[in-house]
Amino acid sequence: MSRLSIRTRSQAQVLVDTMYAGMERRIAASPSGLCPIDITLSFLNLCHAQSCGKCTPCRIGLGKLSALLKQVLDGEATMESLDRIKLTAQNIVDSADCAIGFNAAQLVLNGMAGFEDDFREHILHHQCLASHRNSVPCITLCPAGVDVPGYISLIAHGRPADAVRLIRKDNPFPTACAYICEHPCETRCRRSMVDDPINIRGLKKFAVDQAGDVPQPACAEPTGKRVAIIGGGPSGLSAAYYLQLMGHSTTVFEKRKQLGGMLRYGIPSYRFPREKLDAEIASILSTGVEVKTDVDIGTEITMEQIKEEYDAVYIAIGAHTDRKAGLPGEDSGHVTSAVEMLRGIGDYQMPDFTGQKVVVIGGGNVAMDVVRSAVRLGAEKVTCVYRRRQADMTALPEEVEGALAEGVELLTMMAPVRIEADEDGNAVALWVKPQLSGAFDKGGRPSPVDSDLPEIRIPADLIIMAIGQGIESRHFEESGITVKRGNIMAGDSAQIGDEKIFAGGDCVTGPATAIRAIAAGKVAAANIDEFLGFRHEISTDVVLPAPTINSVKQRGRINLTEREASERKLDFEDVEQSMTCLQADMESSRCLHCDYFGFGNFRGGRETKW
Amino acid sequence: MAKGVMIIDGQRVNFDGEKNVLAVIRKAGIEMPTFCYHSDLSTYGACRMCIVEDERGKIDASCSLEPRDGMVIKTNSARLLKHRRTILELMLASHDCNCTTCEKSGNCRLQELAHQFGVRHVRFQDTREPAQLDTSSPAVVRNPNKCILCGDCVRICEELQGVNIIDFVGRGSQARVAPAFGRMLSETKCVSCGQCAAVCPTGAITVKNEIGEAWRAIHDPNLRVVVEIAPAVRVAVGEAFGIPAGENVLDRLVTALKLMGVDEVYDTNFGADITTITEASEFLERLQNGGPFPMFTSCCPAWVKYLENENPKYLKNISTCKSPMEHFAAVLRDKYAAKDAEDGKRTYLIAIMPCTAKKMEAARDEFKTDGRPDVDLVLTTREVIDMIKENGIQLQELELESPDLPFGMASGAAAIYGVTGGVAEAVLRHCVPDKSKNALREIAALGIRGDEARKETVVHIGDAELKIAVVHGLINARKLLKEMDEGKTFFHLVEVMTCHGGCVGGAGQPYGLNSVKLVRGEGLHKIDNASMFKRAERNPVVTQLLAEMDEEKAHHLLHVSYVKE
Repeated sequence: MSRLSIRTRSQAQVLVDTMYAGMERRIAASPSGLCPIDITLSFLNLCHAQSCGKCTPCRIGLGKLSALLKQVLDGEATMESLDRIKLTAQNIVDSADCAIGFNAAQLVLNGMAGFEDDFREHILHHQCLASHRNSVPCITLCPAGVDVPGYISLIAHGRPADAVRLIRKDNPFPTACAYICEHPCETRCRRSMVDDPINIRGLKKFAVDQAGDVPQPACAEPTGKRVAIIGGGPSGLSAAYYLQLMGHSTTVFEKRKQLGGMLRYGIPSYRFPREKLDAEIASILSTGVEVKTDVDIGTEITMEQIKEEYDAVYIAIGAHTDRKAGLPGEDSGHVTSAVEMLRGIGDYQMPDFTGQKVVVIGGGNVAMDVVRSAVRLGAEKVTCVYRRRQADMTALPEEVEGALAEGVELLTMMAPVRIEADEDGNAVALWVKPQLSGAFDKGGRPSPVDSDLPEIRIPADLIIMAIGQGIESRHFEESGITVKRGNIMAGDSAQIGDEKIFAGGDCVTGPATAIRAIAAGKVAAANIDEFLGFRHEISTDVVLPAPTINSVKQRGRINLTEREASERKLDFEDVEQSMTCLQADMESSRCLHCDYFGFGNFRGGRETKW
Repeated sequence: MAKGVMIIDGQRVNFDGEKNVLAVIRKAGIEMPTFCYHSDLSTYGACRMCIVEDERGKIDASCSLEPRDGMVIKTNSARLLKHRRTILELMLASHDCNCTTCEKSGNCRLQELAHQFGVRHVRFQDTREPAQLDTSSPAVVRNPNKCILCGDCVRICEELQGVNIIDFVGRGSQARVAPAFGRMLSETKCVSCGQCAAVCPTGAITVKNEIGEAWRAIHDPNLRVVVEIAPAVRVAVGEAFGIPAGENVLDRLVTALKLMGVDEVYDTNFGADITTITEASEFLERLQNGGPFPMFTSCCPAWVKYLENENPKYLKNISTCKSPMEHFAAVLRDKYAAKDAEDGKRTYLIAIMPCTAKKMEAARDEFKTDGRPDVDLVLTTREVIDMIKENGIQLQELELESPDLPFGMASGAAAIYGVTGGVAEAVLRHCVPDKSKNALREIAALGIRGDEARKETVVHIGDAELKIAVVHGLINARKLLKEMDEGKTFFHLVEVMTCHGGCVGGAGQPYGLNSVKLVRGEGLHKIDNASMFKRAERNPVVTQLLAEMDEEKAHHLLHVSYVKE
């Protein structure tokens, strides 16, 4: 026998590893709405299977915990069982020797804190709060509830224009979303259980690119009601669009020169070409929206006047003010904000960064937009300074990858300390303090803490702060609208205290995504219609093709490719390449059609109107 | 080793070299509860009973914590007490709790701690399917339903005995302790030392109980029940009756056995004197013939079994002498054959032993006459204690009675057979020509007494310089054999005892810690000191008996060969 041998994986281990990978995908694709206790119990049993069996609390305790949870599920538990579960779990958390035990029991403790209502319901009424709604994951997870399997099947049948029509039933911005949506619809795609989620945004991009100009449907009989929309971004325009279709007459007040909000003043054109945005806005306006640009509410017209003049108001002013980091020297020259810079670019005022060293502070999508734009504006060197790890960045990973490919330097674990200025008061460098990854914060990311390394000086000709945005709420606050922590307070119905006034989008949620803003506009439109005393229904006449049974053999997801970095970084043209017909055929054929198969078809698979 | 001061429950405690916080806590006078911790064994940290809480509320097992200067811990906070009770409940919820009929009842650590911690109700259900008992071993019974997986048996078998018969199998909730490949103990190389049973905190491994057999024999009018009592028994039996360990209670035990209905009570020490003389003669013979060396002592049946199982090439080195128990039995059978024929009774020999392996030895074919074992039944010290208690006999109150003659007389050298180094010392007393008191003292001072794992010495007999070694614990025997294999060591005589401390530490003795074993050993040395004669050859009955025996009979009665042809 040899003294040491090279470790090789046994056949069984290889297979188990494959099973783990499959389970990981399955967990990632876990449908929402499951019984949280059932899921906790299943996870607990998995954890127990991982126990080596050495220590009493883990070996026996996890088993007993599992039996107690089973009693809860089976309706055999009493409220005393809850105490016993807590006691047992706490015992394991405190006394187990390793993470296999204490981490598993912590899971149960967290569950008990989080799903207390579910536990009570099971024990007291022998029933579960879990529901059979939410059975089509992509539709459920789209904030606007867009009929994803529906338009994928239309794409598969070569009907891109119908796909656009179907999307517009729930979202008047199919093109914008095809280019820049963060696609929450893909996160729990059931196809992940087989291989990978469907490239839903990629397919939508194919559809809008193929469809060309698709005329809007006719509006309903005019109601004579007038609705003011404050803010011409995705949320405001969405509300205006649906209200027009319902027969109301809308006026959009926009502070800037052009409509589009953050789609124009936040997102650079290499991600979303301007002509596409302009065409989409033109299409929305074709429903008869009245537009007033360059109007600042509070100076040129007051809320009081608007309230008097209109039957309802929708406030969707977005989040366009920059936030200060509070750094010494932040007021120096050659220090600007992401909002300011991107706003200029939105109005085609392209600054020239040729030969400059640009330092950008931040790790979100906006920071990525800024660094990639700075590269395109000719900067000699662009450095992104972020105080956490790359994995903790809130920017989409593909945005970070894109930036890196275009030559952006990423300096992670560096907290800005102060800005050094020359005698003219212009910034010449950013000083940063190296950080350590510390304890996890509430959001589940490790907080940065100062390391023992000395501060570092990063020379800079221009420093751009991309650390978040706020809203310009002062006037609205003065007119009696409640603003908390910088956000306008509105309920799930978008209505605020004053029943005539509705609000939604970034100004309510804080900086978020386009699709959430669009969804808020849709919700506001429905509830304004209701408030005005109507119940107009939004539907489509698109008839969906019969379902086809697609292959469930494991197959690769088709990702969109990008233009070569060295080429694309020289212009503001679209970076991403669309799918070909063949690619779209293949990708759409991967859809499992949860609207037809599984529980989805029990309720007909879709909401055909709202 | 670390030195410093800890604060335990608000009390300053100095530590100096203690290997873990648990030891420091115990030093502070707080009896930390444990199942899986034994100072002789490696730290396992599985039972989680010895948990302590630090200033920040972090809970850790004290057995697995290294003492640090300035450490502040609590041993009995509300949380800790609650957790200990819960851990006990969890154990009880996966334990066969039929305590009243359990072999271990009264000596069970789980029972004791559950009671101590006020666990009067188990809130968890035991949903396990009952597992099969393993009764295949002549020495021990395994009941997996009572196992709490503390791993003490696994570690003692591996770390002190080096035989690795049982181990953990299965994982997680399926984990259990068992021999490899699902074998029964009888299918393994188990040497029947019983140390697993001695260390088991519950009734999961117990010594085979043969009390019923004993009562049947005692109450059978057709049987003449004769008892022989091993040296180590007399210094341990008293422990169950409030008599300090190490105190010789042989005479009281004789009275008790007579009260119980035993016909004749003799002393295995008589057999030991025969062994000494026979073994010493063999040793001198080997010296004359040039080997084979070393000569290994043969009294310990687990050791003999070990060589048979693991290293048969050394079987020829084992002394051909039978063990004292079997010497006694062979002589008794020889002497009583006529008596049995005369009064129509059959002599039924019960040996009271500190040892579980003796149960295995008694059943060996080598020790049978006409197909019947010379020793009909081996009872452990504990079994005899139980029988005495069953009859309500208060041992501590009894009058003294000497063992019967002629086989009740023995030398001091026989008494020390029960403690490590004793057999070698007895043989040397016989071999060394100088019979003076000072010569005895010299032998005693050679360094073969004491608790060290291996003791070595050199003795001069005539021109010969003899190298002697004494080991206890099979792991130490294994190490010695390995060195011999590698040619690193050479000895003329090696005494091997399987159990730590020798027979006083046998698995049939009352449950006790190492310190108790040492006290028992000292008790045997006291018996030797107080004895009328110190050398085997001074036993008049033995010398006469051996003198009357012709060579063939001597060979037949006194010798055995374990070498397989």
